[in-house]
Amino acid sequence: MLELVKDTKINFLGKRKFAFIFSGILSLVGIFTIVQIANGKANLGIDFAGGTAIQLKFEKPINLHEVRKALEDGGIRDFDLQDLPAVQKILIREKKTVQQLGQVSDTITGIISQKFPDNKYVVDSTTLIGPKVGGKLRQDAAQAIVLATLGILIYIAIRFKFDFAVGATVATFHDVLAVLAIFFLLGREINLILVTALLTIAGYSLTDTVVVFDRIRENLRTRLKEPVETVMNSSINEVLSRTIITSLTVLITSFALFLFGGEVIHDFSLAMILGVIIGTYSSIFVASPIVLLWRKKRPFAKK
Amino acid sequence: MKKNIIWRFVLIGITVVLAIVFFLPNMPLFQYMPEWWKNTMPNKGITLGLDLQGGVHLVFEVEGDRAVEITTERIAQSLKDMLGRKKLTAEVSRNGLLITVSPNSMEVRKAVEESYPILTPTETGTKLVYKLSDREAERIKDNAANQALETIRNRIDQFGVAEPTIHRQAANEIVVQLPGIKDPKRAIEIIGKTAQLEFKMVDDSSPVAAEIPASVRAGEEDVLLAKFSGKIPADDEILFERVVNRETGEVTKRPVLLKKQTMMTGDLLTEAKVNIDQRFNEPYVSLTFNAAGAKLFEEITGANVKKRMAIILDGTVYSAPVIQERISGGNAQITGRFSMDEARDLAIVLRAGALPAPIKMLQNVTVGPSLGSDSIEAGKRAGIIGTILVVVFMIVYYRLSGVIADFALLLNIILLLGAMASLNATLTMPGIAGIILAIGMAVDSNVLMFERIRDELKAGKTPRASVDSGYDKAFWTIFDSHVTTLITAAVLFQFGTGPIKGFAVTLSLGVAINLFTALVGTKSTFDLLNSRQEVKKLSI
Repeated sequence: MLELVKDTKINFLGKRKFAFIFSGILSLVGIFTIVQIANGKANLGIDFAGGTAIQLKFEKPINLHEVRKALEDGGIRDFDLQDLPAVQKILIREKKTVQQLGQVSDTITGIISQKFPDNKYVVDSTTLIGPKVGGKLRQDAAQAIVLATLGILIYIAIRFKFDFAVGATVATFHDVLAVLAIFFLLGREINLILVTALLTIAGYSLTDTVVVFDRIRENLRTRLKEPVETVMNSSINEVLSRTIITSLTVLITSFALFLFGGEVIHDFSLAMILGVIIGTYSSIFVASPIVLLWRKKRPFAKK
Repeated sequence: MKKNIIWRFVLIGITVVLAIVFFLPNMPLFQYMPEWWKNTMPNKGITLGLDLQGGVHLVFEVEGDRAVEITTERIAQSLKDMLGRKKLTAEVSRNGLLITVSPNSMEVRKAVEESYPILTPTETGTKLVYKLSDREAERIKDNAANQALETIRNRIDQFGVAEPTIHRQAANEIVVQLPGIKDPKRAIEIIGKTAQLEFKMVDDSSPVAAEIPASVRAGEEDVLLAKFSGKIPADDEILFERVVNRETGEVTKRPVLLKKQTMMTGDLLTEAKVNIDQRFNEPYVSLTFNAAGAKLFEEITGANVKKRMAIILDGTVYSAPVIQERISGGNAQITGRFSMDEARDLAIVLRAGALPAPIKMLQNVTVGPSLGSDSIEAGKRAGIIGTILVVVFMIVYYRLSGVIADFALLLNIILLLGAMASLNATLTMPGIAGIILAIGMAVDSNVLMFERIRDELKAGKTPRASVDSGYDKAFWTIFDSHVTTLITAAVLFQFGTGPIKGFAVTLSLGVAINLFTALVGTKSTFDLLNSRQEVKKLSI
């Protein structure tokens, strides 16, 4: 029998202080990111902010600095440039659309054609989002997040006793906030596809938590004489291998997407990778300690 | 062997066959199938989203307020005529959505409100101010959106796009999806043109006409308008003609002083087609009016011989020829140095009719065909590599049981593709990501069961008892994790735009099918192994 982790006796709950500090900081950064988004200061994608995005695929390698200079000389302001040198593509994003929608993309392709006449390109994609649509998508995304969390909360509340539900909920929020925080710290774009990934993470991160909680619940019923902390620690150790392996299989596919899935879902896969890792960590280091603290405070809570 | 196990395998077999039948249209094999199969069996399969096959997704807003304004103007005109007929002296003017009638007298007010019940008074002091009732305004806006939808559909049909999707969204938005289109820019221009064709008289009699310069540079129109705003007669307006120098290609704008009153509009057209001018070898658009239009055109030209009449499209003067004689027969032409494509597109929009109000582009997502096929390739590669890694991992870690899990995984993929095909679902790039993630999540169920079974074996149970109790104990864990994923997928489906909806579809189908394959597929295989004889050792 091949076993990745064998009969471990790690004192997970004893390390909760470090975990709380680490997770607390990440969550705070996540909340800060939400505040920044609300104030329109974060690196919002054009689907939320409105604007123009053009992706060009060139025949020959192209120098990003020259493109930047050409566009600046051409009077384009407030744009981001990103290149994918492996496939000779560049992505131009312009967020402050003052011109009429549609004109910006013509101006940009006009400048590129004029300045780089001997490097032919094809327009891979153009996306123009008016400010009104951006606002609506922002609102939709916020509603979706609220609705999805509510749905999950209600389900957990039905399936688990209160203390477990609190632990699972906090862990789920923590996972979403942490991924958002990391995206913010990395300066990555916050867009619809990231929101999709965050919701998927919220749904998935419960898998690990449920696995851990099921075992804790079971052991608490049978090992009544031992201290709660001991029972919980050994429960986590018992299910450690399946917690890691279930995450591992999803990680494998997420990595395959990240490495081979192309640029369209690159950020999505990155978010999934982060989410799965953080979700596994939080089941052990966030969800479980919270249940423990709750139990310690209220030793006579309903069993 | 237990009967019950055989039946479960029959069930699995039937679902696999069904899945393959539904998915067949997406496989190269389909083209070799006999005719009767193509005609009677499922033949649509999974469609590719715009992001994978290339195309445009456009959202337009119909400016309903403009439609209300146009109607208000028409009512103001007829109100003026009505008051004239009744020999009531009152000044009528329109400003935006408001009609002002002054002075306020009992007689005038009675006449207006009896003839136009759709007008609501907003001010009844020394002058009367009216606007269209809210209900009427709503009706006009709704009508405008419907008409715009019809007109756009017409134009797209004439332009020739395979399988366009055109529908209304919200109260005043129109969504146009054109898959696989080669020249999105031209299509957008054709859709977006209001194509309001008007005939107006040039006011050469006003002394201001002589003061207006012959041409201004492009971009300096506003300067000229500001300069003359106070000077021109109240019934007049200045519009511009675009003049291209034949030698240098330089574009200038020629201001034309026009009577505001529209003599005729394009709604009386029956035909618009492209002809070639013999002299300059340039295309122009020739117009044919219907009977009523021909009669009106004859009257107008007859009454205005030796005067100039301007042909105006969307506020731009195309030409302003002198009427030499009364024109009967109902033909007119629009010239203006068009390219062949421009002339053809103009003919299309004139034939399809004008939009009832201008439309504004809110969103345009264009994906080139090369990005689409790149994405499909990348998705396939990621899917195959991800699947192989997972399959190998499961065999290495769980040996024979891993093979069983991989069998369930394969079943999962086949059923997922079949289910999508049976629903004629649209596959998008995020949708491909959903499938690949579902593959990763699918084996989770098996991992949870296998680990439970290992626990039971360690506790000293027999293999068969271990399998049974392992399944029972893992069931709720699997169920819980699936339900929470389904909740988020449902929310994403509700709120997501096209590509993300595709993700929600594949993820939720994948997760739901996974419950079936894990609980029926894997379990049945174990039962099959255990049913032959008492297995001494389980390869797990």
